[in-house]
Amino acid sequence: MKRTTSAVVAAGLGLAAAPFLAAQSPIETYHVQGNVYLLAGGASNVAVQVGPDGVLVVDTGGEETADAVLAAIRTLSDGPIRWMVNTHAHRDHTGGNTTVSQAGVTLNGNPAAIIAHEEVPTRMVEEDRPITEWPLNTFFEDRRDFYFNGEAIFLYHHPRGHTDGDIVVYFRGSDVLAAGDLFITTTYPVIDAGYDGGVTGFIDGLNNMLDIAVPAWLQDGGTYVIPGHGRIGDEADVIEYRDMIVIVRDRILDMIAKGMSLDDVRAARPTLDYDPRYDAGDGPGSADAFIEAVYRDLAEGGDQ
Amino acid sequence: MAFRSITAACALAAFTVSGAAQINITGEWAGRYHEDFDDRVPGDVNGDFTGVPINDAARRHAEAWDVTRVNVLEHQCQPYSLPHIYRGPLQFRIWEEKHPQTQEIIAYRIYIGTYMQSRTIWMDGRPHPPEYAPHTFAGFSTGVWNGDVLTVTTTHIKKEFYRRSGLPSSDRTTVVEHYVRHGNLLSQTLIITDPVYLTEPYVNSQEFERIERGNRNWLYNCEYVMEVPQPRHLVPHYLPGENPFLDEWARLFGTPFEAVFGGAPSTYPEFMPRIEEMMNDEADN
Repeated sequence: MKRTTSAVVAAGLGLAAAPFLAAQSPIETYHVQGNVYLLAGGASNVAVQVGPDGVLVVDTGGEETADAVLAAIRTLSDGPIRWMVNTHAHRDHTGGNTTVSQAGVTLNGNPAAIIAHEEVPTRMVEEDRPITEWPLNTFFEDRRDFYFNGEAIFLYHHPRGHTDGDIVVYFRGSDVLAAGDLFITTTYPVIDAGYDGGVTGFIDGLNNMLDIAVPAWLQDGGTYVIPGHGRIGDEADVIEYRDMIVIVRDRILDMIAKGMSLDDVRAARPTLDYDPRYDAGDGPGSADAFIEAVYRDLAEGGDQ
Repeated sequence: MAFRSITAACALAAFTVSGAAQINITGEWAGRYHEDFDDRVPGDVNGDFTGVPINDAARRHAEAWDVTRVNVLEHQCQPYSLPHIYRGPLQFRIWEEKHPQTQEIIAYRIYIGTYMQSRTIWMDGRPHPPEYAPHTFAGFSTGVWNGDVLTVTTTHIKKEFYRRSGLPSSDRTTVVEHYVRHGNLLSQTLIITDPVYLTEPYVNSQEFERIERGNRNWLYNCEYVMEVPQPRHLVPHYLPGENPFLDEWARLFGTPFEAVFGGAPSTYPEFMPRIEEMMNDEADN
């Protein structure tokens, strides 16, 4: 688990620009396990797999950090960026698509191929985003797998979770999951109803991660999980997050069964035990937004 | 000869590292349970929330707690985390790791028999990991000597609990430990700060006795298996107001539930008259 920064690596190479990089780059690079690294510090987490075949990048962060992400990737490998995977369509995870893709190259000379579930480019087209950001290597099944840098890579699609196009990426040799926003450690789950997200799909995604993850010793280590936002976790962290969502969902279901309105449910504070840890205050990730999303999803028949 | 001895002594002094001036805490240690025996050896039971400065979020967590949640596959082999593991019966072994050239203490290594847990207390001044680094149940520890007191600061601890009755600890907990040795006794004081579930620092202390004969450290070979048929991915918990065990401890010991669930105010001696008032009120009713 070594940590390096762009600046440290640059200094090691004797680059004159090292002090400049140290002051400017918001991105820090952290070795998670095996071939996989975390790039932290941007709008969302970025996972990078490096090896003899080149580079694979899971999510690219926001547009504003695209150059810094690319520079950080280059501190890990000067090999070609062959593949990119988008865990979902949101801009904080795909804003660097153009920069990273254009810096890469496929075997037949195109910019690095971006893989995603087919719902992702659909959303991007709806939002009139530039074609260079679109994943053009899509799939519609519940999973896809391929082999790169000496290990099998599995992509699992979870419909109606954070969005309708969520995928979880599993690096089988490195034993690392890149969860996208189906697992975050910073706030409550963000269930994006506008993107057809839902609480049941969210829980299914977390349960799928629990089925894959194996702890090394008494629930510490083993399979590591890179969240969409926040710190690296393992099975024990995922189960706590899963437990929280299930408990809150069950409380809201019970309140709906008792005929309580959304305002009644909010007043009953079904998230009280988790608010000091996960309430973002307002907007996405807040207790209010989480309660409303779960309530509307369940009361309006989305998941029943 | 005397001159040579003095010269040699000076030479030794010149190469003696600062760490060697501290008291030695290495060896095998076992708990003594004169303090909080009922809490530490039989262990806390359902509904025992005494002595912890909990907030309302912790109370709600405890209300929802169903002890069968530890039977879920992914929870079965989960060890106690640092804020709790020293409270129960345990033995542990401390040894030093020294730099081969300077003989300075780089780290104290600790093997805790309970759940076969290992800890490292780094003494070489290294920083704690970044926030985005993984957490563990033992956390990441650094130590400094202040005279003969070893002070250890631990961060990056996983979410767990302060009591098995469901009082939660969060992954934002920081634990400061002070170790003091008196002859063959080692005193440990824990000061636990948790911005998520505590209203003020939770302080407790333990005594350990040096074991001169034999290694009594336990082994713990945990395998997680489905022990009773239940749906996969079940999350046992009680809905608000439905936990039948919430006041079990209060009823067992005839203690007002408000005192048991009272948090910080109930942990101070000044609360005793208030308990008597509550008990008198109950008797009158």
